[in-house]
Amino acid sequence: MQDAIDLAVFRELQDTAGAEFVTELVDTFLEEAPAMLAELRAARAAADGERFRRAAHSLKSNGMTFGATTLGALARALELKGIDADPSRNEAAIAAIDVAFADAAEMLKELARG
Amino acid sequence: MAESGARLLVADDNKVNRLLLIRSLELMGHRAAGAENGRVALEMLERESFDLMLLDIAMPEMDGFQVLERLLASTRLRDLPVIVTSAVEGLDSVVRCIELGADDYLHKPVNPVLLKARVNSSLEKKRLRDAQRELVRRFATSEVAQDLQQSGFALGGKHVNATVMFSDIRGFTSMCASQPPEETIELLNTYYTLMFDAISGRGGVVNQMIGDGLMAVFGAPLPLADAAGSAVRAALDMIEMIELLNVEHAAAGKAPVRIGIGIASGEMIAGYTGTQQRATYTCVGSTVNLAARLEAHTKDAQRTILIDRATLEALPPDAQVEVLGPVPLKGIAPAVEVFSVDCAQSL
Repeated sequence: MQDAIDLAVFRELQDTAGAEFVTELVDTFLEEAPAMLAELRAARAAADGERFRRAAHSLKSNGMTFGATTLGALARALELKGIDADPSRNEAAIAAIDVAFADAAEMLKELARG
Repeated sequence: MAESGARLLVADDNKVNRLLLIRSLELMGHRAAGAENGRVALEMLERESFDLMLLDIAMPEMDGFQVLERLLASTRLRDLPVIVTSAVEGLDSVVRCIELGADDYLHKPVNPVLLKARVNSSLEKKRLRDAQRELVRRFATSEVAQDLQQSGFALGGKHVNATVMFSDIRGFTSMCASQPPEETIELLNTYYTLMFDAISGRGGVVNQMIGDGLMAVFGAPLPLADAAGSAVRAALDMIEMIELLNVEHAAAGKAPVRIGIGIASGEMIAGYTGTQQRATYTCVGSTVNLAARLEAHTKDAQRTILIDRATLEALPPDAQVEVLGPVPLKGIAPAVEVFSVDCAQSL
Protein backbone atom coordinates (compact mmCIF):
# COMPACT_ATOMS: atom_id res chain seq x y z
CA MET A 1 0.00 0.00 0.00
CA GLN A 2 2.93 2.33 0.68
CA ASP A 3 3.76 2.61 -3.00
CA ALA A 4 0.16 2.82 -4.20
CA ILE A 5 0.81 6.47 -5.12
CA ASP A 6 3.93 7.78 -6.81
CA LEU A 7 4.69 10.74 -4.56
CA ALA A 8 6.65 12.64 -7.21
CA VAL A 9 3.62 12.62 -9.51
CA PHE A 10 1.22 13.61 -6.74
CA ARG A 11 3.41 16.46 -5.45
CA GLU A 12 3.82 17.80 -8.93
CA LEU A 13 0.07 17.77 -9.39
CA GLN A 14 -0.27 19.75 -6.15
CA ASP A 15 2.40 22.20 -7.27
CA THR A 16 0.84 22.91 -10.63
CA ALA A 17 -2.85 22.80 -9.77
CA GLY A 18 -2.70 23.93 -6.12
CA ALA A 19 -2.95 21.71 -3.05
CA GLU A 20 -6.43 22.85 -2.15
CA PHE A 21 -7.75 22.13 -5.60
CA VAL A 22 -6.10 18.70 -5.58
CA THR A 23 -7.90 17.85 -2.33
CA GLU A 24 -11.21 18.58 -4.10
CA LEU A 25 -10.06 16.62 -7.11
CA VAL A 26 -9.22 13.61 -4.93
CA ASP A 27 -12.74 13.78 -3.47
CA THR A 28 -14.19 13.86 -6.97
CA PHE A 29 -12.12 10.84 -7.95
CA LEU A 30 -13.18 8.90 -4.86
CA GLU A 31 -16.81 9.68 -5.66
CA GLU A 32 -16.53 8.80 -9.34
CA ALA A 33 -14.26 5.76 -9.29
CA PRO A 34 -16.76 3.26 -7.79
CA ALA A 35 -19.10 4.05 -10.70
CA MET A 36 -16.25 3.40 -13.15
CA LEU A 37 -15.52 0.06 -11.49
CA ALA A 38 -19.23 -0.81 -11.59
CA GLU A 39 -19.34 0.19 -15.26
CA LEU A 40 -16.35 -2.07 -15.93
CA ARG A 41 -18.22 -5.00 -14.35
CA ALA A 42 -21.47 -4.19 -16.12
CA ALA A 43 -19.70 -3.97 -19.49
CA ARG A 44 -18.01 -7.30 -18.79
CA ALA A 45 -21.36 -8.86 -17.92
CA ALA A 46 -22.95 -7.43 -21.08
CA ALA A 47 -19.87 -8.46 -23.11
CA ASP A 48 -19.82 -4.88 -24.47
CA GLY A 49 -16.23 -4.38 -25.64
CA GLU A 50 -16.58 -0.67 -26.37
CA ARG A 51 -17.99 0.19 -22.91
CA PHE A 52 -15.44 -2.09 -21.28
CA ARG A 53 -12.51 -0.31 -22.91
CA ARG A 54 -13.94 3.09 -22.12
CA ALA A 55 -14.37 2.30 -18.43
CA ALA A 56 -10.85 0.82 -18.21
CA HIS A 57 -9.58 3.87 -20.09
CA SER A 58 -11.11 6.29 -17.59
CA LEU A 59 -9.63 4.42 -14.63
CA LYS A 60 -6.23 4.34 -16.30
CA SER A 61 -6.35 8.03 -17.13
CA ASN A 62 -7.33 9.09 -13.59
CA GLY A 63 -4.94 6.63 -11.97
CA MET A 64 -2.06 8.16 -13.91
CA THR A 65 -3.15 11.70 -13.07
CA PHE A 66 -2.79 11.04 -9.34
CA GLY A 67 0.29 8.86 -9.64
CA ALA A 68 -1.67 5.69 -8.79
CA THR A 69 0.84 3.66 -10.75
CA THR A 70 -0.43 0.14 -10.04
CA LEU A 71 -4.06 1.07 -10.63
CA GLY A 72 -3.10 2.84 -13.85
CA ALA A 73 -1.02 -0.06 -15.12
CA LEU A 74 -3.71 -2.68 -14.37
CA ALA A 75 -6.43 -0.57 -16.00
CA ARG A 76 -4.19 0.05 -18.99
CA ALA A 77 -3.60 -3.68 -19.46
CA LEU A 78 -7.35 -4.21 -19.42
CA GLU A 79 -7.99 -1.38 -21.86
CA LEU A 80 -5.49 -2.75 -24.33
CA LYS A 81 -6.60 -6.35 -24.02
CA GLY A 82 -10.32 -5.63 -23.98
CA ILE A 83 -12.96 -8.25 -23.36
CA ASP A 84 -11.50 -11.70 -22.92
CA ALA A 85 -13.17 -14.76 -24.43
CA ASP A 86 -12.73 -16.25 -20.99
CA PRO A 87 -14.72 -14.03 -18.56
CA SER A 88 -12.89 -15.38 -15.52
CA ARG A 89 -9.63 -13.82 -16.71
CA ASN A 90 -11.26 -10.38 -16.95
CA GLU A 91 -12.91 -10.90 -13.59
CA ALA A 92 -9.59 -11.70 -11.96
CA ALA A 93 -8.12 -8.55 -13.47
CA ILE A 94 -11.07 -6.48 -12.24
CA ALA A 95 -10.62 -7.89 -8.75
CA ALA A 96 -6.96 -6.82 -8.87
CA ILE A 97 -8.07 -3.35 -9.93
CA ASP A 98 -10.47 -3.25 -6.95
CA VAL A 99 -7.58 -3.88 -4.60
CA ALA A 100 -5.33 -1.37 -6.36
CA PHE A 101 -8.06 1.25 -6.15
CA ALA A 102 -8.68 0.59 -2.44
CA ASP A 103 -4.94 1.02 -1.76
CA ALA A 104 -4.73 4.15 -3.86
CA ALA A 105 -7.86 5.62 -2.27
CA GLU A 106 -6.51 5.15 1.23
CA MET A 107 -3.19 6.76 0.44
CA LEU A 108 -4.79 9.59 -1.52
CA LYS A 109 -7.03 10.42 1.45
CA GLU A 110 -3.99 10.63 3.68
CA LEU A 111 -1.99 12.70 1.23
CA ALA A 112 -4.84 15.08 0.56
CA ARG A 113 -5.39 15.59 4.28
CA GLY A 114 -1.69 16.02 4.97
CA MET B 1 -2.03 38.14 -25.54
CA ALA B 2 -3.35 34.78 -24.47
CA GLU B 3 -3.36 36.04 -20.88
CA SER B 4 -5.98 38.60 -21.79
CA GLY B 5 -8.31 35.65 -21.34
CA ALA B 6 -9.56 33.44 -24.11
CA ARG B 7 -12.71 31.40 -23.67
CA LEU B 8 -12.17 27.68 -23.90
CA LEU B 9 -14.34 24.61 -23.84
CA VAL B 10 -13.21 21.34 -22.29
CA ALA B 11 -15.06 18.29 -23.59
CA ASP B 12 -14.31 15.26 -21.45
CA ASP B 13 -16.66 12.70 -19.97
CA ASN B 14 -14.34 12.03 -17.06
CA LYS B 15 -15.05 14.52 -14.30
CA VAL B 16 -11.56 14.42 -12.80
CA ASN B 17 -9.97 15.10 -16.19
CA ARG B 18 -12.47 17.80 -16.98
CA LEU B 19 -12.00 19.65 -13.68
CA LEU B 20 -8.23 19.36 -13.88
CA LEU B 21 -8.08 20.72 -17.42
CA ILE B 22 -10.43 23.58 -16.57
CA ARG B 23 -8.28 24.37 -13.55
CA SER B 24 -5.09 24.34 -15.64
CA LEU B 25 -6.62 26.70 -18.18
CA GLU B 26 -7.88 29.04 -15.48
CA LEU B 27 -4.42 29.14 -13.95
CA MET B 28 -3.20 30.23 -17.40
CA GLY B 29 -5.56 33.19 -17.25
CA HIS B 30 -8.30 31.82 -19.48
CA ARG B 31 -11.95 31.21 -18.87
CA ALA B 32 -13.08 27.65 -19.36
CA ALA B 33 -16.33 25.74 -19.43
CA GLY B 34 -16.88 22.00 -19.38
CA ALA B 35 -18.99 19.57 -21.39
CA GLU B 36 -19.45 15.96 -20.31
CA ASN B 37 -19.71 14.50 -23.81
CA GLY B 38 -19.50 15.39 -27.48
CA ARG B 39 -23.18 16.11 -27.89
CA VAL B 40 -23.23 18.60 -25.02
CA ALA B 41 -20.03 20.18 -26.37
CA LEU B 42 -21.63 20.75 -29.79
CA GLU B 43 -24.72 22.25 -28.19
CA MET B 44 -22.55 24.68 -26.24
CA LEU B 45 -20.53 25.56 -29.34
CA GLU B 46 -23.74 26.33 -31.21
CA ARG B 47 -24.97 28.54 -28.40
CA GLU B 48 -21.87 30.32 -27.21
CA SER B 49 -18.67 31.60 -28.66
CA PHE B 50 -15.38 29.85 -27.84
CA ASP B 51 -11.82 30.47 -28.96
CA LEU B 52 -10.54 26.93 -28.55
CA MET B 53 -11.71 23.47 -27.54
CA LEU B 54 -9.87 20.73 -25.71
CA LEU B 55 -11.47 17.50 -26.88
CA ASP B 56 -11.37 14.01 -25.44
CA ILE B 57 -11.78 11.07 -27.81
CA ALA B 58 -13.41 8.27 -25.82
CA MET B 59 -16.75 9.71 -24.71
CA PRO B 60 -20.26 8.26 -24.49
CA GLU B 61 -23.15 9.55 -26.67
CA MET B 62 -20.86 11.27 -29.14
CA ASP B 63 -17.13 10.67 -29.24
CA GLY B 64 -14.33 13.04 -30.22
CA PHE B 65 -14.07 11.77 -33.79
CA GLN B 66 -17.76 12.45 -34.38
CA VAL B 67 -17.39 15.93 -32.90
CA LEU B 68 -14.50 16.67 -35.27
CA GLU B 69 -16.58 15.45 -38.22
CA ARG B 70 -19.47 17.72 -37.23
CA LEU B 71 -17.15 20.72 -36.86
CA LEU B 72 -15.68 20.08 -40.28
CA ALA B 73 -19.16 20.11 -41.81
CA SER B 74 -20.13 23.39 -40.15
CA THR B 75 -19.19 26.65 -41.86
CA ARG B 76 -19.36 28.52 -38.57
CA LEU B 77 -17.35 26.05 -36.51
CA ARG B 78 -14.92 24.53 -38.98
CA ASP B 79 -12.17 27.01 -38.06
CA LEU B 80 -12.48 26.53 -34.31
CA PRO B 81 -9.08 25.34 -33.12
CA VAL B 82 -9.23 21.96 -31.42
CA ILE B 83 -6.59 20.29 -29.31
CA VAL B 84 -7.32 16.63 -28.75
CA THR B 85 -6.48 15.51 -25.24
CA SER B 86 -6.72 11.79 -24.94
CA ALA B 87 -5.22 8.79 -23.29
CA VAL B 88 -6.19 6.59 -26.25
CA GLU B 89 -3.05 4.75 -27.24
CA GLY B 90 -1.58 4.24 -30.65
CA LEU B 91 -0.68 6.55 -33.47
CA ASP B 92 -3.83 5.68 -35.44
CA SER B 93 -6.11 7.88 -33.40
CA VAL B 94 -3.64 10.79 -33.51
CA VAL B 95 -3.49 10.56 -37.30
CA ARG B 96 -7.25 10.30 -37.56
CA CYS B 97 -7.71 13.42 -35.41
CA ILE B 98 -5.25 15.44 -37.44
CA GLU B 99 -6.97 14.30 -40.64
CA LEU B 100 -10.27 15.43 -39.19
CA GLY B 101 -8.86 18.90 -38.67
CA ALA B 102 -7.57 18.86 -35.08
CA ASP B 103 -4.76 21.35 -34.58
CA ASP B 104 -2.84 19.39 -32.05
CA TYR B 105 -2.80 16.29 -29.89
CA LEU B 106 -1.87 16.03 -26.23
CA HIS B 107 -1.53 12.77 -24.46
CA LYS B 108 -3.17 12.37 -21.05
CA PRO B 109 -2.28 12.89 -18.30
CA VAL B 110 -1.63 16.28 -19.82
CA ASN B 111 1.66 17.89 -18.94
CA PRO B 112 0.82 21.44 -17.81
CA VAL B 113 3.83 23.01 -19.51
CA LEU B 114 3.01 21.36 -22.82
CA LEU B 115 -0.63 22.28 -22.40
CA LYS B 116 0.23 25.93 -21.96
CA ALA B 117 2.52 25.94 -24.99
CA ARG B 118 -0.01 24.19 -27.24
CA VAL B 119 -2.94 26.30 -26.10
CA ASN B 120 -1.04 29.53 -26.62
CA SER B 121 0.18 28.41 -30.01
CA SER B 122 -3.32 27.42 -31.13
CA LEU B 123 -4.79 30.69 -29.89
CA GLU B 124 -2.04 32.60 -31.67
CA LYS B 125 -2.80 30.72 -34.88
CA LYS B 126 -6.46 31.56 -34.47
CA ARG B 127 -5.63 35.22 -33.94
CA LEU B 128 -3.52 35.26 -37.08
CA ARG B 129 -6.26 33.51 -39.02
CA ASP B 130 -8.86 36.00 -37.76
CA ALA B 131 -6.55 38.92 -38.57
CA GLN B 132 -5.90 37.52 -42.03
CA ARG B 133 -9.58 37.11 -42.67
CA GLU B 134 -10.14 40.67 -41.51
CA LEU B 135 -7.42 41.87 -43.89
CA VAL B 136 -8.92 39.97 -46.81
CA ARG B 137 -12.26 41.52 -45.89
CA ARG B 138 -10.84 45.01 -45.77
CA PHE B 139 -8.66 44.93 -48.84
CA ALA B 140 -10.32 42.47 -51.12
CA THR B 141 -13.96 43.41 -50.43
CA SER B 142 -16.45 40.98 -48.96
CA GLU B 143 -17.49 39.63 -52.36
CA VAL B 144 -13.95 38.63 -53.23
CA ALA B 145 -13.42 37.32 -49.71
CA GLN B 146 -16.55 35.23 -50.02
CA ASP B 147 -15.53 33.97 -53.44
CA LEU B 148 -12.09 33.10 -52.06
CA GLN B 149 -13.55 31.32 -49.07
CA GLN B 150 -15.97 29.35 -51.20
CA SER B 151 -13.75 28.38 -54.12
CA GLY B 152 -10.28 28.80 -52.70
CA PHE B 153 -7.48 30.73 -54.25
CA ALA B 154 -6.40 29.87 -57.78
CA LEU B 155 -4.66 32.04 -60.29
CA GLY B 156 -6.52 31.84 -63.53
CA GLY B 157 -9.48 33.37 -65.19
CA LYS B 158 -12.89 32.95 -66.66
CA HIS B 159 -15.18 34.86 -68.99
CA VAL B 160 -17.81 36.89 -67.20
CA ASN B 161 -20.43 39.40 -68.27
CA ALA B 162 -20.06 42.45 -66.09
CA THR B 163 -19.83 46.22 -65.94
CA VAL B 164 -16.61 48.09 -65.26
CA MET B 165 -16.25 51.61 -63.91
CA PHE B 166 -13.22 53.87 -63.88
CA SER B 167 -13.17 57.10 -61.94
CA ASP B 168 -10.60 59.71 -61.06
CA ILE B 169 -10.22 63.20 -59.72
CA ARG B 170 -9.92 65.91 -62.35
CA GLY B 171 -6.81 68.10 -62.06
CA PHE B 172 -5.53 66.12 -59.12
CA THR B 173 -1.85 66.70 -59.89
CA SER B 174 -2.21 70.48 -59.75
CA MET B 175 -4.21 70.13 -56.49
CA CYS B 176 -1.31 68.17 -55.01
CA ALA B 177 1.10 70.92 -55.91
CA SER B 178 -1.01 73.67 -54.39
CA GLN B 179 -1.76 72.19 -50.97
CA PRO B 180 0.16 70.62 -48.06
CA PRO B 181 0.79 66.85 -48.42
CA GLU B 182 -1.31 65.90 -45.38
CA GLU B 183 -4.27 67.70 -46.93
CA THR B 184 -3.82 65.71 -50.12
CA ILE B 185 -3.81 62.42 -48.22
CA GLU B 186 -6.81 63.50 -46.19
CA LEU B 187 -8.66 64.43 -49.36
CA LEU B 188 -7.80 61.06 -50.93
CA ASN B 189 -9.00 59.20 -47.86
CA THR B 190 -12.25 61.14 -47.75
CA TYR B 191 -12.69 60.62 -51.48
CA TYR B 192 -12.09 56.88 -51.25
CA THR B 193 -14.38 56.51 -48.25
CA LEU B 194 -17.20 58.23 -50.12
CA MET B 195 -16.60 56.38 -53.39
CA PHE B 196 -16.30 52.97 -51.70
CA ASP B 197 -19.53 53.62 -49.89
CA ALA B 198 -21.37 54.60 -53.08
CA ILE B 199 -19.98 51.67 -55.07
CA SER B 200 -20.47 48.95 -52.49
CA GLY B 201 -23.90 50.40 -51.70
CA ARG B 202 -24.89 49.43 -55.22
CA GLY B 203 -23.25 46.00 -55.13
CA GLY B 204 -20.01 46.95 -56.87
CA VAL B 205 -16.49 45.94 -55.90
CA VAL B 206 -13.56 48.36 -55.91
CA ASN B 207 -10.65 46.24 -57.03
CA GLN B 208 -7.98 48.75 -57.97
CA MET B 209 -6.85 52.04 -56.50
CA ILE B 210 -4.10 53.93 -58.26
CA GLY B 211 -3.35 57.38 -56.92
CA ASP B 212 -6.56 59.32 -57.36
CA GLY B 213 -8.13 56.76 -59.68
CA LEU B 214 -10.13 53.67 -58.99
CA MET B 215 -11.55 50.75 -60.89
CA ALA B 216 -14.74 49.01 -59.80
CA VAL B 217 -16.50 45.92 -61.11
CA PHE B 218 -20.22 45.22 -60.99
CA GLY B 219 -21.41 41.65 -61.54
CA ALA B 220 -18.14 39.86 -60.72
CA PRO B 221 -16.86 37.88 -58.89
CA LEU B 222 -20.43 37.40 -57.66
CA PRO B 223 -23.29 37.93 -60.11
CA LEU B 224 -25.45 41.03 -59.75
CA ALA B 225 -29.01 41.24 -61.11
CA ASP B 226 -28.66 44.59 -62.91
CA ALA B 227 -24.93 45.19 -63.13
CA ALA B 228 -25.01 48.04 -65.68
CA GLY B 229 -27.89 49.86 -63.98
CA SER B 230 -26.20 49.47 -60.60
CA ALA B 231 -22.97 50.92 -61.94
CA VAL B 232 -24.74 53.99 -63.32
CA ARG B 233 -26.68 54.44 -60.08
CA ALA B 234 -23.43 54.16 -58.13
CA ALA B 235 -21.92 56.83 -60.43
CA LEU B 236 -24.86 59.15 -59.69
CA ASP B 237 -24.42 58.51 -55.96
CA MET B 238 -20.73 59.29 -56.28
CA ILE B 239 -21.43 62.62 -57.95
CA GLU B 240 -23.97 63.48 -55.28
CA MET B 241 -21.45 62.73 -52.55
CA ILE B 242 -18.79 64.81 -54.27
CA GLU B 243 -21.26 67.71 -54.42
CA LEU B 244 -21.81 67.38 -50.67
CA LEU B 245 -18.06 67.31 -50.14
CA ASN B 246 -17.75 70.45 -52.25
CA VAL B 247 -20.21 72.29 -50.01
CA GLU B 248 -17.80 71.63 -47.13
CA HIS B 249 -14.84 72.57 -49.29
CA ALA B 250 -16.46 75.87 -50.27
CA ALA B 251 -17.15 76.65 -46.60
CA ALA B 252 -13.47 75.99 -45.84
CA GLY B 253 -12.37 78.15 -48.75
CA LYS B 254 -11.00 75.17 -50.67
CA ALA B 255 -11.28 74.47 -54.39
CA PRO B 256 -14.06 72.10 -55.44
CA VAL B 257 -13.32 68.51 -56.40
CA ARG B 258 -14.37 67.31 -59.84
CA ILE B 259 -14.39 63.71 -60.94
CA GLY B 260 -14.82 61.87 -64.21
CA ILE B 261 -16.43 58.45 -64.56
CA GLY B 262 -16.37 56.00 -67.47
CA ILE B 263 -18.58 52.90 -67.57
CA ALA B 264 -18.68 50.01 -70.05
CA SER B 265 -20.46 46.65 -70.05
CA GLY B 266 -19.86 43.34 -71.74
CA GLU B 267 -17.73 40.27 -71.64
CA MET B 268 -14.40 40.35 -69.88
CA ILE B 269 -11.89 37.98 -68.38
CA ALA B 270 -11.99 37.95 -64.61
CA GLY B 271 -9.65 36.26 -62.21
CA TYR B 272 -6.84 36.54 -59.73
CA THR B 273 -3.69 37.86 -61.30
CA GLY B 274 -0.26 38.14 -59.86
CA THR B 275 1.83 35.53 -58.12
CA GLN B 276 0.93 32.94 -55.52
CA GLN B 277 2.23 35.38 -52.88
CA ARG B 278 0.58 38.55 -54.06
CA ALA B 279 -2.46 38.66 -56.24
CA THR B 280 -5.48 40.81 -56.88
CA TYR B 281 -8.87 40.10 -58.31
CA THR B 282 -9.20 41.95 -61.56
CA CYS B 283 -10.91 42.07 -64.94
CA VAL B 284 -9.23 42.58 -68.27
CA GLY B 285 -10.31 42.78 -71.90
CA SER B 286 -11.65 45.25 -74.43
CA THR B 287 -14.67 46.18 -72.25
CA VAL B 288 -12.32 47.18 -69.42
CA ASN B 289 -10.16 49.10 -71.87
CA LEU B 290 -13.22 50.92 -73.20
CA ALA B 291 -14.33 51.97 -69.68
CA ALA B 292 -10.85 53.39 -69.02
CA ARG B 293 -10.92 55.31 -72.34
CA LEU B 294 -14.41 56.67 -71.61
CA GLU B 295 -13.20 57.93 -68.26
CA ALA B 296 -10.22 59.63 -69.93
CA HIS B 297 -12.58 61.15 -72.50
CA THR B 298 -14.70 62.89 -69.84
CA LYS B 299 -12.11 65.69 -69.80
CA ASP B 300 -12.24 66.34 -73.56
CA ALA B 301 -16.00 65.94 -73.70
CA GLN B 302 -16.41 68.12 -70.57
CA ARG B 303 -18.91 65.67 -69.19
CA THR B 304 -18.94 63.83 -65.87
CA ILE B 305 -20.28 60.35 -66.60
CA LEU B 306 -19.73 58.64 -69.95
CA ILE B 307 -21.12 55.21 -70.81
CA ASP B 308 -21.09 52.83 -73.78
CA ARG B 309 -24.10 51.49 -75.71
CA ALA B 310 -24.25 48.17 -73.81
CA THR B 311 -24.59 50.04 -70.52
CA LEU B 312 -27.17 52.43 -71.99
CA GLU B 313 -29.31 49.54 -73.21
CA ALA B 314 -29.56 48.22 -69.65
CA LEU B 315 -30.91 51.54 -68.33
CA PRO B 316 -34.62 52.29 -67.96
CA PRO B 317 -36.10 53.97 -71.08
CA ASP B 318 -36.69 57.26 -69.23
CA ALA B 319 -33.02 57.64 -68.27
CA GLN B 320 -31.73 61.08 -69.21
CA VAL B 321 -28.73 60.71 -71.53
CA GLU B 322 -27.09 62.84 -74.14
CA VAL B 323 -25.89 61.19 -77.36
CA LEU B 324 -22.33 62.29 -78.07
CA GLY B 325 -22.15 60.30 -81.31
CA PRO B 326 -19.37 58.05 -82.48
CA VAL B 327 -16.15 59.18 -80.83
CA PRO B 328 -12.69 58.03 -81.85
CA LEU B 329 -10.99 56.73 -78.71
CA LYS B 330 -7.30 55.99 -78.43
CA GLY B 331 -6.50 52.35 -79.14
CA ILE B 332 -10.11 51.48 -79.98
CA ALA B 333 -11.22 51.17 -83.58
CA PRO B 334 -13.68 51.97 -85.02
CA ALA B 335 -15.11 55.02 -83.25
CA VAL B 336 -17.61 54.07 -80.55
CA GLU B 337 -20.96 55.53 -79.64
CA VAL B 338 -20.63 57.45 -76.40
CA PHE B 339 -23.42 58.63 -74.13
CA SER B 340 -23.30 61.17 -71.35
CA VAL B 341 -25.49 60.53 -68.30
CA ASP B 342 -27.34 63.53 -66.89
CA CYS B 343 -26.11 63.82 -63.32
CA ALA B 344 -29.19 65.60 -62.02
CA GLN B 345 -31.46 62.56 -62.09
CA SER B 346 -32.15 59.57 -59.95
CA LEU B 347 -32.65 56.21 -61.60
